[in-house]
This record gives sequence, C-alpha cells and structure tokens, in this order.
Amino acid sequence: MSERPIRLCVNGRMHELRLAANATLLLVLRELGYTDVKNGCEKGDCGACAVLLDGVLVNSCLVLAQQADGRSVVTARGLGTIDDPHPIQTAFADAGAVQCGYCTPGMVLATKALLDARPDPTDGEIREALSGNLCRCTGYGQIIEAVRLAAERLRAGDGKEAP
Amino acid sequence: MTIEPKPLPEYHLPPLRQVGRPLRRIDALGKAVGATVYAADVSMTDMLHAKVFRSPVPSARIVRLDVSKARALPGVTCVLTGHDVPEAKLATDMPGQTGREQRTGSDAPVLAADIVRFCGEPIALIAAETLEIAERALERIELDLDPLPGVFDPHAALAPNAPRVYGEDNVVARWTIRKGDLAFGMSRADLVVERTYRVPFVEHAYLEPEAGTAWVDDQGVVNIRVATQVVEHFRTVARALGLPENRVRVRGTMVGGGFGSKEDVTVEIFLALLARATHRPVKLVYTREESFLATAKRHPFTITHRTGVTADGRITAARIEMLADAGAYPYLTPYVLLYATGMAAGPYRVDHLHVDSVAAATNQPFTSAFRGFGGPQAAFAYESQMDEIAKALGIDPLTVRRINYLRTGDTTGTGQEIRSAAWLEETATRAIAALGGRTPDGPRQRIGRGFASYFQSYGRITWFHDTSRAWVGVEQDGSVVIRCGVPDIGAGQSNSLCQIAAEVLGVPLDRTTIYTTDSAVTPLAGTSTATRQLYMSGNAVLQAAQVVRQSLLMEAAAAWGVEPGRIDLFDGFAVVSGEPTRRIPLAELARRCAATGRALSHLAQFNAPFTDGIDPETGQGDIWPDFTFGAQAVELAVDPETGEIDLLKSAACHDVGRAINPVAVRGQVVGGSHQGLGYALMEEYAVAHGVARTPTLAEYLIPTSCDYPDTAAIVLESGTGIGPFGAKGIGEPALTPAAPAVANAVADALGVRIHDLPITPEKVLAALDRRRTETGAER
Repeated sequence: MSERPIRLCVNGRMHELRLAANATLLLVLRELGYTDVKNGCEKGDCGACAVLLDGVLVNSCLVLAQQADGRSVVTARGLGTIDDPHPIQTAFADAGAVQCGYCTPGMVLATKALLDARPDPTDGEIREALSGNLCRCTGYGQIIEAVRLAAERLRAGDGKEAP
Repeated sequence: MTIEPKPLPEYHLPPLRQVGRPLRRIDALGKAVGATVYAADVSMTDMLHAKVFRSPVPSARIVRLDVSKARALPGVTCVLTGHDVPEAKLATDMPGQTGREQRTGSDAPVLAADIVRFCGEPIALIAAETLEIAERALERIELDLDPLPGVFDPHAALAPNAPRVYGEDNVVARWTIRKGDLAFGMSRADLVVERTYRVPFVEHAYLEPEAGTAWVDDQGVVNIRVATQVVEHFRTVARALGLPENRVRVRGTMVGGGFGSKEDVTVEIFLALLARATHRPVKLVYTREESFLATAKRHPFTITHRTGVTADGRITAARIEMLADAGAYPYLTPYVLLYATGMAAGPYRVDHLHVDSVAAATNQPFTSAFRGFGGPQAAFAYESQMDEIAKALGIDPLTVRRINYLRTGDTTGTGQEIRSAAWLEETATRAIAALGGRTPDGPRQRIGRGFASYFQSYGRITWFHDTSRAWVGVEQDGSVVIRCGVPDIGAGQSNSLCQIAAEVLGVPLDRTTIYTTDSAVTPLAGTSTATRQLYMSGNAVLQAAQVVRQSLLMEAAAAWGVEPGRIDLFDGFAVVSGEPTRRIPLAELARRCAATGRALSHLAQFNAPFTDGIDPETGQGDIWPDFTFGAQAVELAVDPETGEIDLLKSAACHDVGRAINPVAVRGQVVGGSHQGLGYALMEEYAVAHGVARTPTLAEYLIPTSCDYPDTAAIVLESGTGIGPFGAKGIGEPALTPAAPAVANAVADALGVRIHDLPITPEKVLAALDRRRTETGAER
C-alpha cells in the first residue's frame, strides 16, 4: 500500500502523518487519540463518527484520510471541554439530551453545522439536520429541545444563559 | 367521545430537596464534550488486536479446521480453537444469583469444535500485532463443513422427528399456569374470542458495538475493561477459564446502550483466553455486522389467546398458549419465557386461567434479554386481544378494560398480590385525553386511535435472592463519595444514586462523586437489568447514606448539646431546626468526626424480598417484587392506497412511584416509546434459514429523528413503589405499551386487525384486501 505524507489539522493541532491510501479519517482520528469520534458502523449509516471537515459535517468513516490532507477537522472535543464547554454542549446536558452518550459527539457536531448555517431553525429543519445521526436511547425529543435551547442561547449572544 | 382523566386518590409525597428535581445529570456534560471513555476507547501499551472467526452457516459438523496458515502469518501472536480450550463453556445464566433453570448440558461452548448451531457461532480467536493483520489471518483459516439439517422454526423444532439442536429434545423451557377452573370459567362466558398474534426477532441496535480490553496483572488477575451491564460476569469468565473467582476482575466503562444485550457475556471470555495465552493486553471490538451477528435478539413469539367474556365485558376465563424461538443456545430464554408467562393475561383479573408456554431451540440467532424481557411480546398480544374482545362485544375498549383492570389487593395470573398503587385507569385516561381533538379523515388518510395498558415488573425474580451493595462516605471537606458497582448503561443509573445520597446528606448534587462498575473495588450492586438498579442500588445507597447521616447528626448533637432529632443537614451545613443561625459546615463536622473516631462511611446491603419460587405444576406464587403500571395512546393516519402509516400523536402516562430525576424519567418514557414505536412499525431482524437478511443498519432500520413525533410524557407519582422514596421502575416499562397501542390504532383506522409485527405498508394493503374480500366493500 502506497504511503504518502499528509497534513491534518485536528482541533487546531497539526499532525503530519504517513498513511496507507485506504485509511479512513475515522480510524486515523481514533488512532491519534481523538476517541470522541465514535465508531458505530463504518458504513455511514449511523452518524456517530461525524466530524466537521472545513466546517462541513461529514461521516468520517466515509472519508479517506488522504482526502483530508491540508484540511481542518473539528471533533466534539474541539468545540469545548468539561471546564469550558461550547453552548451547544451545555444545552445538550441541560435539556436531558444525553443518555448513553455514544451518539452525542456526532449530534453536537450536526447541531453546530446546522446552527452555523441556520441560527434560528424550524423544528422541521432540526429534525432534517439530525436525520443522519441515529440515537437509540432518547427518542430524539430532548435532543431537538437541546438544539432549540442552544440556538436561543447562541442568538442571545452570551451562550451561557437563555435570554 | 371525550375521555376525562380519572381523578387521582388523595396522596401526599414528603417534600425533598435534591430528589425530584430536574437536575442536570452528572454524566451529561462529560459525554457532550467527548470526554467520556467507552470500552473501545481503552488502549494499552504493547496491546494486541483480536478477531473472532465465525461460522458462515447455521448448522453443520466441522470436518476440518486448519489454522496453521493463520498462525504462520507474520504478526499473528496467537490463534485459539475449541481444541485448545475444550473445557471452556459459556454458562448462559445469571451470575451471582441463586436459582438456575437451565438444562444441564445446554451451556454454549466458548468456541465450537465439532458442531456449529447458528450462523456466526465463534470457532477460533486470533490475536495479532495490528487489526489489519488479524483481519488477514481470518482469511487464512481453512474450514471444511459438512452441512447438517437445521431447524428454523420453533413449531417445527418441537415435532418428534425434528433435527435436534442439542440435548434430548429442543425444549429449552416450559412454564405452566393453572389458576381456578378453566372449564367452569369458560362455561360462564357469553362469548369466546380466539386470536393468534406474532412478533419477530428484534435487534437492540445500540450505537456502541461490543468492545473490551483484557490483560493479566502482576498478581495473575485477569483484568477486563468492557462495555457490560453485568460486572458480575467475572464469575462467568472464571468458570469458563477454570480460575478462582478472585482472579478475574471486570471493570466496566460507561456503556453506549445496552437494552439487555450487554447483559450476556460478549467479548469477555475471548479476551481473557487471549490475554492469558499471550501475556499481553488484548483488545477486541466488534464491527456493526458482528454486533448484529454475534449477539442476542428479542424473542419471536406466537401467542394464542382464547378468552371467555360475558356480554357486559367481564373476563370469565382465559387460555393462553405461547411459543418462543430460543435460537441456538438458551441464554436467558427460560426467564424471558417466565416473564411472558407471568404477564400473559395482562393487568386484568382472570380467576380462571391456563397458560402453557414453551421455548424451542432452533438454528436461528440466539435470543435473550431485550428491554421488557418478554413483557412487550405478552403486551402486544393481551392488548390487541382486549380490543378484539371490545369489538366483538360492541363495547368501547376503555370500558372493557375498566371492568377488568387489576386493583391493589387483586392477584395476578400467578396468584401474586398487587401491593402498590395500580393506576391503570388513571394512566389510560390521561394518555387518551392527552391526544386532544381527533384529526378528521381525509381523502387519502384514514385516522385511527388506539391505546394500550400494561403492567411490568421491576426488580429481579424474587427466588433469585437479589441483593445490592453501596458504600457512602463523607470526605474531610464535606464532599460525598459513593462507591457502588452499578454499571451505567445510559439511563442515569449513577446520577440517581448521587441525587439520593445528596438528599440524605444535605449537600448539592455537585458535591457528590460516584465510582461505579468495578468488580474489584466497588461493592457489588448486581446487574443493570430488570429495571432493578434504582430500586435495588437506590435502596442500598439510601441505607448507607442514612447511617452516615446519623453519625453526622450525633456529632452535631454532641457539639451543641441538643437532641439529634432537632438537627437537619441542609445545603452543606448541619443546622438546628428553627434556629438558622446555629449551623456548622459539613466539613467542620467531618473533621470533628475524624477527631472523635466516629465512622463517616458505611457499606450497606439491600436485600430484595425473597420467595421460594412458584409451584411448578400450577405456576402459582410470587415472581417479582412489584409492578409498574401505565398506558400509551396514539393517533395515526393510514394511506389506504399505499398502506403507509403516519404517526400523528403519541402520549404515554406511567406511574413511576417517585421521579428521582424528572428529566431522566422523561428521557426513559420518550426513548422507550420510540423503541416501542419502531417495534410496532418498522423493526424486524429478518432471518432466512438461519441467515440474517438485515445484517447492517442500512437494512435493519431503526427510527430516525424524522420518523415519529415525540411522545408526550405524563408522569404520575403515587409514592407507593418499593424503591427509594416510593419510586417504582420505568426503564423497561416505558417501551411496553407502544406496539399494541399502534396495532389498536391501525385496527381502528382500517376496521381490520393486523396480528403480527411490524405493521408494514405491505401488511396494511394485504389486510385491506382481506377486508374487501370478506365484505365486498370498496377500498
């Protein structure tokens, strides 16, 4: 398998890698320690491995790492930490949108992609935006509320409290 | 007709400070920022990667298994076959519990050496330096199989000349109920309604495939970090490997969904064998396809109800037959069948009842626990049957149920007395009322409404002598630590325990920390199954915290020279009641306790009620500690041209006894409903002659964010449960009523019933055709 060097920027940190041509972005990210990118199916069916690639939501299992050469990847950890969470992450926790949590990083990133494009989405737009991310625990109700809550907080500007 | 909610009886819940509040779950933010470690995220230095070689066919004799080419591949460290571990058996039963219903000799071999009995059965294990090498080694294993006739239908499996899956016959379990005098009861009936209902295999489809890592430590203890609902499988692993139980440690992680399937052993024994053979850490993560292929499914059932009723709607007698597909190995089938049997007649008084249940072994995927544990299958049948009775009598469905609902003090089909509140009419009327005004029929939509009531146990079978332990302590700065072996499978198990301890010790939730799911250092709490953790471990934490509280009160009483009864713990302080200025910070009190030698920690053991078991001939006796009651109602639109069903409204009402965390309870209700709606309308793990036809999430469809509206959750709190603060359980019950509610709504819309799940457009069109043929009506 031919290996050629690539440069991958993950959550602002640069990685220079030599990779097999068939290595998926999902497996490379996990190998690098970004285990918040979850492996749920490796077929693009579940959305657990979703990341932002140059700001666009992708299933990292369907992207070859080579395709990400020179591009920027953001994972859930890149949005915030336990001490300094992103308002979307806080909203998920506050709204009861997190149960087992395995789908949550992907859901958070799908929400980020949505709210970047549509700061005040309708319920239909929220459901549509999350339709590629499966959740088996919540029934989606509280996730949709979390997206709404995050949107409100972000529009209010402080990102911490609802207006 | 408008349904008014039935008024609730007068009741009073004591005011609480932490319990009952919609607090942010302690595990939520860590998961949202991606900081939570799941089993597949655990890695170790010098770690090997494992793969499992599995049978490609459902029934065959192994003629030749040659792993030499795999062993010779550079980078392959170890290949194990059944011949290397001939004694390794997987006891497919509940560890750490007394009582055993499994037939001798029915344990699964860890690795099949002679016969394979289901497609996907493990045959060999590989450990290699990289995952890629392990995958390449799989392809180098040579296997010659001599096909054996299989049996792929539980009915056929019971025929005298059927191929034997194992043992003397294919009967995995039987249960019988003989209550009252069936012939007498039937003789009092004005009408007998007989119908047969069927439900399919269903896959748990949690987002996290099974995973774990194992290593042998410097004491020779096999350590396994794994996604499991049952850390007590350290006993199962020890037995399979012939090790003392104190030489296996299972440490769980946060589990990415369980729903019953991580109740069985998954990767643990494979990992232990490979770690012992290689003396290196070994990691095994299932692919999605392997997760589907290698783990349990919900049991398919065929259930026939023959119900005698009077013209005014009273049930006089019922005869119920159940046949379940156990698949290739028993796993928890005997208990699932017992649950279905014990709940077969539903939450109704039936004085004259016969139930005959049997589970048969086949060469299909094995079946075991799945949220509800036989309850959802039973409920689909008994609640469909109640509507069929109502229709046959020309009485409305609520009236028929109202006449027959169990009440507190009544007995179930097994003669077990209902001791807690049985708010059946209260929950049903609220669920129905919550649907609001009925949507009118349209040119291409026929509107239907239906509801279903249910009862579902919480807590383990009482003759298993279930126990849980928890340790609670206060640190010298007044912060609280809980140690409890509870596996958290995402339902908020650990959070509830923290809220309970916070309540008793008078601290805010964020002053608590909990350590969980480690068989070596956290007190054993039993399984996160059977809707038992809040009830069992909640009571254990409550007891332990109360002992610690008493210590703190005694110390404060001594300091102030007042009676301990006058002291309260509140917001991190000990205070004298009525004298808010007299208060001591918990930290100071903790240091005083340290100085006087008063214990500030306690290990408590909570024992469930123990019983002797049911009479094997009559099935009479107590099976469970208590029951949760509730109902769900739905409104849907059916397109008679395409058969498509559009769910319009859904509402569920459950008496949870006491909501320890209302946000978490709502999550259980809405999420459980969603799984139940999937069961009703789309989910079927299709199997053809033992081979899965829906092997990935692209074929096996589960509900997405766009499929169904949210279920409105109406939570009642009777305070009569036997969990902490009067709590009942809601994890499993939340799923149970959804499917029969949908089936009843579809029957309401079409005027014709679909008797088998899932209710697909094809079945709707076939049902409409059937009705046209029967009535000569136009579509």
